[in-house]
Amino acid sequence: MMTEVRLHGRGGQGVVSAAQLLADAAVLEGKYVQAFPEFGAERAGAPITAYARLSDQPIEIHSSITDPDVVMVVDRSMAYFRGTAQGLAGDGCFVCNFDGPPEELRSKLGLGPSVEVIALDATGIALKSLGKDYPNTPMLGALLKATGIVGFHSVEEALGQRFRGIVLSGNEEAFRLGYRGGSS
Amino acid sequence: MSLQPLRVAALQGDEAVAEAVRQSGVDVVAAYPITPQTIIVEKLAEYAAKGNLGGEFVSVESEHSALSACVGASLTGARVFTATSSQGLAYMHEMLYNVSGMRLPVVMAVANRALSAPLVLNADHSDMMGSRDSGWIQVYAENVEEMYDRTIQLFKLCEDPRVLLPAALNFEGFILSHDKERVRLLDDEPVRRFLERPRPRHRLDPADPFTFGAMATPETYYEFRMQQSEAMETALHVFDEVERGFEGISGRRYGAVDAYNTDDADVVMVINGSAAGTMRAAARGLNAAGENVGVLSIKLFRPFPLEQVVSHLSRARAVVAMDRSMSPGAPSGPVSEDVKAALQATKPVMSVVYGIGGRDLSTEDGKKIFGMAKEGSLSGSRSVMYGVKV
Repeated sequence: MMTEVRLHGRGGQGVVSAAQLLADAAVLEGKYVQAFPEFGAERAGAPITAYARLSDQPIEIHSSITDPDVVMVVDRSMAYFRGTAQGLAGDGCFVCNFDGPPEELRSKLGLGPSVEVIALDATGIALKSLGKDYPNTPMLGALLKATGIVGFHSVEEALGQRFRGIVLSGNEEAFRLGYRGGSS
Repeated sequence: MSLQPLRVAALQGDEAVAEAVRQSGVDVVAAYPITPQTIIVEKLAEYAAKGNLGGEFVSVESEHSALSACVGASLTGARVFTATSSQGLAYMHEMLYNVSGMRLPVVMAVANRALSAPLVLNADHSDMMGSRDSGWIQVYAENVEEMYDRTIQLFKLCEDPRVLLPAALNFEGFILSHDKERVRLLDDEPVRRFLERPRPRHRLDPADPFTFGAMATPETYYEFRMQQSEAMETALHVFDEVERGFEGISGRRYGAVDAYNTDDADVVMVINGSAAGTMRAAARGLNAAGENVGVLSIKLFRPFPLEQVVSHLSRARAVVAMDRSMSPGAPSGPVSEDVKAALQATKPVMSVVYGIGGRDLSTEDGKKIFGMAKEGSLSGSRSVMYGVKV
């Protein structure tokens, strides 16, 4: 069983880090993974795509992901970009940094009736928890809550491997708030 | 030797190579630290700064100087590593021949990326294929764990007194260099023991002087080059020994080629690098639907495992050779040309160019190419440029 995740956002928002955190957490659970960026010129603000594959079996495919099971849009200004949902599985999951009702996204983006649509004000959470617009960890929380592709504690452990001090505590809080849909 | 318990880690390709270099007890790393460089040397510089490298990290002003510094260090008998990519490898080109000509066992990681112009960042094999004939052993890895394993293996292979040649570990830029995968790391001690060796006999030593890279004449130069060529042939057998030895400490063995369903297949695709796995996945999909296709991954490209390739392709009804580099004006790319030479026109070899400048190759593309081979739309002695926009 393999799950393919595609992440969209902008340079500087931790899109690639979010894919890597998913991979780190999955490896802690004994899974096989890939996490890789779509590389263009690296600069803050430019659109970024990253990918993650999680599987119980070794993964031998090394191509980009065109038909994802899960799409995560980290940047709120990209919420209405139709391209982000391209190829999303009919019964897939669409998780978006969006300060409004999920049904609005469904109709605006033409997402099918069986797609699970999750909207989270990740920017609001990030500004509150981290004091900076790094919406990646709250978005990871929402993604986990909706899909359960890796365990909550595995991501907490992965965060602990990556961050220290107030950056860690801020990210942990942002992740927890994202998992709970923004309520503390 | 008993197997050690393995540490499982999530590492990017570059990080995995850096860890393997550290564990290999490298004496000198010389590298140009700026674009187009890899995260490998960034990690190694970090290890050096923290005192964890063991050896010395030399930061130089260009790739040409990086490899020149590797020559000097290797001549003293030191274990030497460097890494580069794309234009950086092109800038090293002149020195590549000095390293191989002086028979120095330098190991270099190459994150294969396309060449400018136009300015480009993404993967293809043009950089290494441009230096194909420089006398370096060339291995192409398929995944991150193989990158880690091959790094350790290549020190052992290059330093073998029967070989004494440099080696390039090839892996596609970004596709593998920046891909985070699960890796089963070995402990330091078995790696150290695996790579133990006596001091090299031929080295710069005032007490026992040798000359390296001296002037050769038409009376001698040809023979020097012939010895290099013979060492390449020998490396093919030593490669097998090294893999067996490495299997003893890791339980992992890859082979010079990896054959999936090549016996008696209707179509066998020959390919190297990370796309080999994608094509195997495509072939498995087709075979599950009743077709009969196979994939031969060429992992050791120089020396070319001629007999193994011939043997695996001997029963295939059709062969498609895949090149991730372009050779303008040539009938087909370097992988195709080698496969054609190996098969000596005993059967037609179709030739396909793919993945240029990072153009993606999916399992669906693989299925299409197998289909084109079966229906005969790839025939002709020139490469078909797959996926190019018209």
